[in-house]
Amino acid sequence: MSALSEHEPHVAYVLRLADSNLVLAQRLGEWVGHAPALEEDLALANIALDLLGQARLLLTHAGVLEGKGRDEDALAFLREEREFLNVALVEQPNGDFGDTIARQFLHDAWQVELYGRLAASRDAQLAAIATKALRESTYHLRFSAGWMVRLGDGTDESHRRVEESLGRLWPCTLELCEADDLDRAMLALGIGVDLAAVRAGWDRRVNDTLTEATLTRPADRPWRWFGKRGVHGEHLGRLLAEMQSLHRAHPGAQW
Amino acid sequence: MDIAALETRFQARIDADERIEPKDWMPDAYRRALIRQMSQHAHSEIVGMLPEGNWITRAPSLERKAILIAKVQDEGGHGAYLYGATETLGVTREALIGELLTGAAKYSSIFNYPTPTWADVGAIGWLVDGAAIMNQIPLCRCSYGPYARAMVRICKEESFHQRQGFDIMLTLARGTDAQRRMAQESLDRWWWPALMMFGPPDADSKHSAQSMRWKVKRFSNDELRRRFIEFTVPQAEFLGLVVPQGTIDWSEFESVLKGNGPCNRERLEARRRAHDAGRWVREAALAYAAKPRPVRQEATG
Repeated sequence: MSALSEHEPHVAYVLRLADSNLVLAQRLGEWVGHAPALEEDLALANIALDLLGQARLLLTHAGVLEGKGRDEDALAFLREEREFLNVALVEQPNGDFGDTIARQFLHDAWQVELYGRLAASRDAQLAAIATKALRESTYHLRFSAGWMVRLGDGTDESHRRVEESLGRLWPCTLELCEADDLDRAMLALGIGVDLAAVRAGWDRRVNDTLTEATLTRPADRPWRWFGKRGVHGEHLGRLLAEMQSLHRAHPGAQW
Repeated sequence: MDIAALETRFQARIDADERIEPKDWMPDAYRRALIRQMSQHAHSEIVGMLPEGNWITRAPSLERKAILIAKVQDEGGHGAYLYGATETLGVTREALIGELLTGAAKYSSIFNYPTPTWADVGAIGWLVDGAAIMNQIPLCRCSYGPYARAMVRICKEESFHQRQGFDIMLTLARGTDAQRRMAQESLDRWWWPALMMFGPPDADSKHSAQSMRWKVKRFSNDELRRRFIEFTVPQAEFLGLVVPQGTIDWSEFESVLKGNGPCNRERLEARRRAHDAGRWVREAALAYAAKPRPVRQEATG
């Protein structure tokens, strides 16, 4: 394909990170103006902004690595669904506030573990982005874990609802910490992280919070989503159709 | 001291440009007028998140998306501190929001207009925030301290939003034919509603005279409207857009105010839906906070 084909796994690895942030920011953006209370509205918008900021840095970095002149907008608005490499968890619909919080919590616990290690990446730009992003993700995790506990240990209704949310989302968590060929190749190059170590940290964080929230950890179910390889469920297509519609309707226009 | 003497002293303080603070004595009518005006203002910020929020998921570039999320979040923040400032008058935010949801309290009619195109995000920033600034800058010197201080901060952010809105319009006006058309159509849609934001003509403004005496209001509706037009028309010329000609249709203003605007029903329903859907979440937070538990050494995470 390209003369720079040796860079393609590296680009794909950065796109996985970028796309997961972009898609989750897009989902959180749907909440703005509609959250259960004003403070939560502000917090969700804030997290959306942080994730969007991280996505922009990562997309720009991927574009530079790729060397084909694609900027953040070309990568965000002009790729097809199959080319998006986000984990399937983040494309799941917002559902109710419990679904959104459970999705956020499972994601944040993973991202904090991931960024903590990526800060030592041999890709200096990626390491710098991860170092900055880790501070933000640590705050996001405080927010989402705090709400997991309040919902889990709140009323009977909130306990039941958030436990259902957890069960719905759980099958999407398997790919977060399961290394595939690309993950292994990037680890070998010192660019990527050891997902086995991420899993240990993620398990500990998830178990601690679920215990405090009086929630039961769902049994692992063997369904594996492979969003990070571009194989998505039914939701991402619609999300992208909405996100990309205006940009695509005016080819070449400046905004 | 009897009420008449207190009122005389109160008006003397106002006339001397002193600030009234929450614990100071104030006439009931002054308190009620401020609660009405400040809570309407807070509600406007909250409902105002909806028309622009409509474009967050479809913003045409990631930079515009980030700016728009930050802007809508700012509006929510303004709502939060305006509710806080209103609470200094002895009402609760919960009660105020209750009045919004039942329709008993008003919010700015401008947010009952739809945002069918991206250009409307630009026009709202440029015209609606521009008109809001014109209305609000004098409020930074209003007689009630907490309101005046809240407005200082809000005005700074609003003028930033106004420039961002103008920048969207400028980019569209210098863009493709389709973008220019989008910008012109949006100006056509928002011009008259923006002029109506200053309220009815002075002769028909029922709250104005007393507000001026209390130095809550410092300039008349028509005076502010005239200034806004003088300020904005040259900007439209700079953009190469044509300002609509004609006169304000005050029957439209009355009609939207009475609930018959294009989006009155939708806006209120969106607020009610969010409030109702969030009830179990708020209940969970209260139930959790009420539970006795040992003091923890360190938070998880």
